[in-house]
Amino acid sequence: MERVPILKIGSVLLVSIQVDMQDQMALQLQEDLGQRIVDTGAKGVIIDITGLDIVDSFVGRTLSTIASISRVLDAETIVVGMRPAVAITLVELGLSLDGIRTSLNVERGLELLARNAEPETVDDLDFLDEPETTSP
Amino acid sequence: MTGAEGEAQVQAIGSDEDVVRVRQLVRTVAVAAKLSLVDQTKVVTAASELARNTLVYGGGGQAAVSTVDNGQRRGVRVVFSDSGPGIADLDLALTDGYTSGGGLGLGLSGARRLCDEFELDTAVGAGTTIAVVKWAR
Ligand SMILES: Nc1ncnc2c1ncn2[C@@H]1O[C@H](COP(=O)(O)OP(=O)(O)O)[C@@H](O)[C@H]1O
Ligand SMILES: [Mg+2]
Repeated sequence: MERVPILKIGSVLLVSIQVDMQDQMALQLQEDLGQRIVDTGAKGVIIDITGLDIVDSFVGRTLSTIASISRVLDAETIVVGMRPAVAITLVELGLSLDGIRTSLNVERGLELLARNAEPETVDDLDFLDEPETTSP
Repeated sequence: MTGAEGEAQVQAIGSDEDVVRVRQLVRTVAVAAKLSLVDQTKVVTAASELARNTLVYGGGGQAAVSTVDNGQRRGVRVVFSDSGPGIADLDLALTDGYTSGGGLGLGLSGARRLCDEFELDTAVGAGTTIAVVKWAR
């Protein structure tokens, strides 16, 4: 069985689903991603579903489960690239995609993850005041 | 359902891959029947749910996919059939969120919402047949 590739970009894992996945392939992805988050210490996961022309309850549940697993492993999942026709159909199917954050495209998803990773208090920003020593 | 019906293309459902094949066949026929992209997406999603039920709960079966024409509009019709255990409590099975397995319980109820026509015939111990139609607008 074919596997969905998982790419690492900095501290983010990028998954781009390009084929009509059979159920077993979706479950395999769920498993592979958990392992990769642990192996890489990734803080974010972006799942690009631009290539999916439908999301049924099985794929929907898989996406929710991936988001839950990531959260437990201290990584945030963002689903990007959902087609309008898929979004309309999901709502009518009754799927709520619980706990899943979405973004328009990969770029916006990365921005969202970067923003969330920013230090929260001003104190945390102190190190930014230190003189730059690494530039030539 | 009234009107002319084209010849049905039959896809056996015995594995995960067959569920994918049903989706692809329904898509092809929905495009040929000139359904809008949203309506194609709805009927393919419904077909995916019903094909998975045929496999998981019906123990396998088939999907027969055809174009239909009522004189005014064209559409796609899919008939799923299996010789599995049947559904003892239909109202319960059609309730959003009810599953006897590990699903989300949205397949039957969701498929009914996504299609224009939905007919279900089932007998305990004999099997289940579900016919759905989606018309072009
Ligand atoms: N073809 C079938 N044969 C027997 N039982 C079925 C069949 N299809 C659906 N069911 C029953 O109806 C229930 C609801 O189906 P569905 O809404 O698709 O939810 P799920 O697949 O998540 O369980 C199933 O859990 C099962 O008990
Ligand atoms: Mg189901």
